[in-house]
Amino acid sequence: MAVKTELKLKTEPFVLNIGPVHPSTHGVFRMRVTLDGEVLIDLEPVFGYLHRGIEKLAEGRTYTQVIPLTDRLDYLASMSNNLAYVMAVEKLAGITVPERAEYLRVIMAELQRIASHLIAVGAFLNDCGAFMTPILYMIREREKILDLLEMVSGQRLTYNYMRVGGVSQDIPGEFLPALRKFVQRMPSYIDEYDQLLAENEILLARSKGVGILPKDMAINASASGPVLRASGVKWDIRKADPYSVYDRFQFDIPTGSVGDCYDRYRVRVQEMRQSVRIIKQVMEGLPEGEVKAEVAHFLRLPVGETYAHIESPRGELGFYLVSDNSIAPYRLHIRAPSLINLTALRDMTLGWKVADVIIIFGSIDINMGEVDR
Amino acid sequence: MTLALSGKEIAGKLEEQFPGGILDSGADSVTIKSDLLLSVASFLKDTKDLEFDYLTAITAVDYSRYFELVYQLTSLKHNHSLIIKTQLYDRNHASLPSVSGLWRGADFQEREIYDLLGIKFDGHPNMKRIFLWEDFQGHPLRKDYL
Amino acid sequence: MEIKANSSEYIYSAGELDKAEGKAIEELKARSQKPISDPDQWLEEEIKQNILLTTADAALNWARRSSLWTVICFPACCAFEMICTAASRFDISRFGMEIIRASPRQADLMITAGTLTWKMAPQVRRIYDQMAEPKWVIAMGACAISGGTFAHSYSVVPGYNRIIPVDVYVPGCPPRPEALLYGIRMLQQKIAKIKNF
Repeated sequence: MAVKTELKLKTEPFVLNIGPVHPSTHGVFRMRVTLDGEVLIDLEPVFGYLHRGIEKLAEGRTYTQVIPLTDRLDYLASMSNNLAYVMAVEKLAGITVPERAEYLRVIMAELQRIASHLIAVGAFLNDCGAFMTPILYMIREREKILDLLEMVSGQRLTYNYMRVGGVSQDIPGEFLPALRKFVQRMPSYIDEYDQLLAENEILLARSKGVGILPKDMAINASASGPVLRASGVKWDIRKADPYSVYDRFQFDIPTGSVGDCYDRYRVRVQEMRQSVRIIKQVMEGLPEGEVKAEVAHFLRLPVGETYAHIESPRGELGFYLVSDNSIAPYRLHIRAPSLINLTALRDMTLGWKVADVIIIFGSIDINMGEVDR
Repeated sequence: MTLALSGKEIAGKLEEQFPGGILDSGADSVTIKSDLLLSVASFLKDTKDLEFDYLTAITAVDYSRYFELVYQLTSLKHNHSLIIKTQLYDRNHASLPSVSGLWRGADFQEREIYDLLGIKFDGHPNMKRIFLWEDFQGHPLRKDYL
Repeated sequence: MEIKANSSEYIYSAGELDKAEGKAIEELKARSQKPISDPDQWLEEEIKQNILLTTADAALNWARRSSLWTVICFPACCAFEMICTAASRFDISRFGMEIIRASPRQADLMITAGTLTWKMAPQVRRIYDQMAEPKWVIAMGACAISGGTFAHSYSVVPGYNRIIPVDVYVPGCPPRPEALLYGIRMLQQKIAKIKNF
């Protein structure tokens, strides 16, 4: 005769340390998660493992010497960092940038956006389980973009290309033909990825409905960039508060509806297509002229403060600059999108399993150089 | 184009609600007394036509006599922005109320200001160092550090 | 589902863990005021060995240097040049190194790609200690050699050789993938000269 016995199991929550050295965390990021079995009940992010004191170092360098420091903030989108910083300096100093320099800046910023999104999407798919194949395909395209940017600035990763008043040097002759060739073929590469991935069952099962960030929580937590747009808020600094010459070009802002990981992935892929569209328009309208305004070598800015922001691939990147009429900034504060996007991480991950936490974290797409500064 | 609201206009509106609380107003910024911060912030967030639902950034600057905190607010609905500033004169016990109850985005930014400048925020759920380690002596971004 | 987080139920609260970490960092900082000297085996004089041992040496060294497996240590920007080296264009797999092991017990090379801060230093030391002998370290980039452009900051370690002994230094900011491959080649030549028996 079978006897049914009930086992009373006593379980305790335990604290697991994910990181700082971990194959899936994008950089040195540590999460102390409290688990009940496999399910998350609490998460505490710990960072600061890459805090290099850039804001303090900037107070001891001249305005032009700070530009290489800003490169190393969000090292996957160095052109965007440079652009935001020099825009802040130019806004305070009242310097106008020549037309050709503005157009070149837009080309570089959009190329940078494509390169950064390629890594973001590739790393996200890596986390989903497609171990190395998508990211190797995307690095193949990214190498082509890095070739173009190397033609212009001489560097593959930290370009140091923008200067106060323009860009540091004009593009060489072979840049435009190579860019034209790239822009013609890029949409077909994006179609190649979409064909393999957009209706892939595993990707859909792992990321649809996972890590939902509702709209009002996203706004309240000051999220920005693809994270905010995937939750349904149509807010892009390039349209809401246009800088440089973005108001002359036609482009759409992709938004999601639900705010889950799949939406964030789709938004990034669509943004790559829109960037290609912008580059095509810029190439057609590129004027001739100077690429840098005449600016004093040891630049002194009038006493005051300013805030300039741009839409970097990760969100709203802003530089708050205070000057006291000396050759170095008095205070430089960086509004880092990745740090602020992390505010909602705990709420997005409660109730999910450990493997989902890695995916949700990967879909926010942070960069530790920016979080820690 | 995000309209930077005129500081003087907003100062006028705030003066009606909080008499005596407005210290100064600039082209796009309003300086208020530090103890009124929470009430002014919730007024700005909830009033119709203002509705600042998005906190863009919080910064703090160390002018040697005082600390100045700068709050950049944006309204996604109306597409306008405003800057609120307060000043703290006590360097050793600098503290003011936290706005993380109104805007959650203030969470890590206030911890960062505490870590690097030593300004405490009352009412913050988790007030401890964020970038530097626990036993680190001093607050690096102060002008009198090392 | 009801979710509550009571930190009083746990053995160590978050605050205590932070304090313990802070103490470990300050102790390591006090111990690391001078750089560790480089292991300089290739400057030793040639000692005569018999033919059998020399061939065994050569075979063992060839096996070790042709399949170095790196452990993950990717703080900052140089990490992406390392990833590009491992990717399709500058294929590092030709040298047998395509595996990047998450577990230090299974790795024998640490390529330190990025700035080291004092907060991260005990973790790097722990990973290095967990690697099994024989192990080598390549310091990649200016930040790893001397602190780079951040050398005067309050929280940056001026070079990895304060914390772990370094075999090969690869300069650059970040070094190009070709430069990293040259550094790996130098390390392979160094390994070829080791006397095991």
